[in-house]
Amino acid sequence: APPPPQTPTPVIPREAWEGCSVLLDINDGDRLAFFRLTPGRTVKIGDKSCSLQPLLGRPFGSLFRVGPSGLVPCAANDKPRGGGGADGQAQDETRDNRSLVDNNTAQTLSSEDIEAMKREGASGDAIVEALIANSSTFGNKTVFSQEKYKLKKQKKYAPKVLLRRPSSRSICETYFKKYPARIGFMRVDALSLLLSMANVGAYSDVLAVDMVGGLVVGSVAERLGGTGYVCSTYLGSAPSSIDIIRMYNLSSDMTSRIFQAPLGDLCSLQSAGDAPSVLSGSIQRDLVEPAAVPDESLQSSLAKPINTEVSDGNAQSMTVQPINMEVPEPATDDHLNQGDISMSDCKGSNGNSIAPKAPRAGKAPSPERMKYWGEHGFSSLIVAAPDHEVESVVADLLPLLSYSAPFAIYHQYLQPLATCMHSLQASKMAIGLQITEPWLREYQVLPSRTHPHMQMNAFGGYILSGIRIHRPDP
Amino acid sequence: AMMVPLDPCNKPTSQRRITEGDTVVVYERHDSMRAVTVSAAGVLQNRFGVFRHADWLGRHFGSKVFSSGGVGGKGGRKAGGGFVHLLAPTPELWTLVLSHRTQILYIADISLVVAYLELVPGCVLLESGTGSGSLTTSLARAVAPHGRVYTFDFHDQRADSAREDFEKNGLSSLITVAVRDIQGEGFPDEYSGAADAVFLDLPQPWLAIPSAGTMLRQDGVLCSFSPCIEQVQRACETMRSCFTVVES
Repeated sequence: APPPPQTPTPVIPREAWEGCSVLLDINDGDRLAFFRLTPGRTVKIGDKSCSLQPLLGRPFGSLFRVGPSGLVPCAANDKPRGGGGADGQAQDETRDNRSLVDNNTAQTLSSEDIEAMKREGASGDAIVEALIANSSTFGNKTVFSQEKYKLKKQKKYAPKVLLRRPSSRSICETYFKKYPARIGFMRVDALSLLLSMANVGAYSDVLAVDMVGGLVVGSVAERLGGTGYVCSTYLGSAPSSIDIIRMYNLSSDMTSRIFQAPLGDLCSLQSAGDAPSVLSGSIQRDLVEPAAVPDESLQSSLAKPINTEVSDGNAQSMTVQPINMEVPEPATDDHLNQGDISMSDCKGSNGNSIAPKAPRAGKAPSPERMKYWGEHGFSSLIVAAPDHEVESVVADLLPLLSYSAPFAIYHQYLQPLATCMHSLQASKMAIGLQITEPWLREYQVLPSRTHPHMQMNAFGGYILSGIRIHRPDP
Repeated sequence: AMMVPLDPCNKPTSQRRITEGDTVVVYERHDSMRAVTVSAAGVLQNRFGVFRHADWLGRHFGSKVFSSGGVGGKGGRKAGGGFVHLLAPTPELWTLVLSHRTQILYIADISLVVAYLELVPGCVLLESGTGSGSLTTSLARAVAPHGRVYTFDFHDQRADSAREDFEKNGLSSLITVAVRDIQGEGFPDEYSGAADAVFLDLPQPWLAIPSAGTMLRQDGVLCSFSPCIEQVQRACETMRSCFTVVES
């Protein structure tokens, strides 16, 4: 027998720890919310406020139910999902809804009866069983309809909470569902394509324009795994918010790899030997006002000195939020703010949590680092500025890439990318140019009940990709 | 240049020059590319002309090179006139140029799989089947430099071809290829509880799903790719008995 493989030490933490960021999935995707496991934090389920304390130390992927004194671990539902010959049942299914009349008389249990049961300490499951027993129409329903009825009652009277580990995928999906405007309507398939097309991996030096709240920077940092660098550049005098990176549970290694530098600083890296791009390298441009202004309020004082070289003459009225780990999310955002996001009471443990003393993400790069990038180039470029014209930003940034480095530009709309592609073709700075429209549709897959989800988002944005080439001297 | 750098020094930066033994991706047109190993005496012939590898040595990746041919041609413009670009290999480019021994996955599906499997550097994952190694190469990039991809295929020769490709692309320390019928035998016991992720691309994945469940660490991710909805249905049914959060 072959010797056991020398598998490396596991890198992904599998249990929730004090101060970590978690994603709570309540009732099978009905409600998703991020929380930070700090003392005293609670989650409201139905009309009950439950402490998050029972989640500490539990494995990600654990399920909880709401007991009399709060969240209690429970086993996964033994779902009667078409088990025991549902296919056979489907074929024999002759029942339908012809005799159902929705006049509110089918259920004989009243809400007072249910309250009484709750007071007597009846479990949620017991209440569901009682409701089924007291429904005059239940027996006439199709087996699928019965399942659906039971699940609906369970969600109300016996809700379940799934503890999930935040990842690029789940963070993107959650934001896309709840606050898509903040991430420029970037669907998870578009984000995944950006990361692959830009060849993001260990040791990469990624240049990024992230105006999607930090979703790109966070995902890139995750894929770098504590190696390489991601330099997030910004137009104007102050960086746009990249607060979403706080959801990722990035280790201090990973956050130390995240830099922010204004576009003007980077453009001065361009070495003299490069052939000038066809388009003007000037930084003055007309920036389109962001269509969706995030509702984060403008912080009254910046936490650290912002580089005062104002490269952009048009001081934008974009709402920006400086990177300040100590400041809690503004109260307008109730879900995210619920006992959450404030870093000030986060404790370090396992070296995994972001201790307040850890290097802050988004600091300015050192002169040595800038020099390195000037001489070697960045290994790829990702642009996610879905409300802006991208043609001139790309023209400014492309010369900063290594020769043969790939780039991927996301936009919510097609026209700005078409314009950009045309310019790039004329400039002869890139080859392999293509515009991709990713498409993703989710399906419910159940015996005899397979169909797409009833709601589907048709727009996940577009991506322009290509490879920067070395232009020969004319 | 290394397709997947295992060391910061191995990246194809602007300082790096093409040297003998390098793999370059010769870009002819957006729909016509091929991988070439550079050798001092090598010659590439295509519709655009005759290209001597010797003219490529010392050049930057991403360079435009012209065909020689004609008298005393030195890759200068006046000869031939036809040109190609020489690109540094990446997993994406590899997917477009590799030789197909089986149907392969392309970047749209590959990128989704890598994201759904929640791969980060250092992860351990199991894959079956290896096929032509298109996805495998991207998986290696996702887990490099210290992670591992253990990939299985039931076909001897195709497993050998994949192993050769990975060797040539400098990926042998990241990818281990073994011959095994995962549908029939499941994954090997020695990987039990060691996998962060498992990927299946099999005709009857439901036969391998229980074994995949045993291989995975708590909260690990299983992803199964099937071209037909009937396969998806059967796979999902089996998944529900040993997994939470099943999404299609």
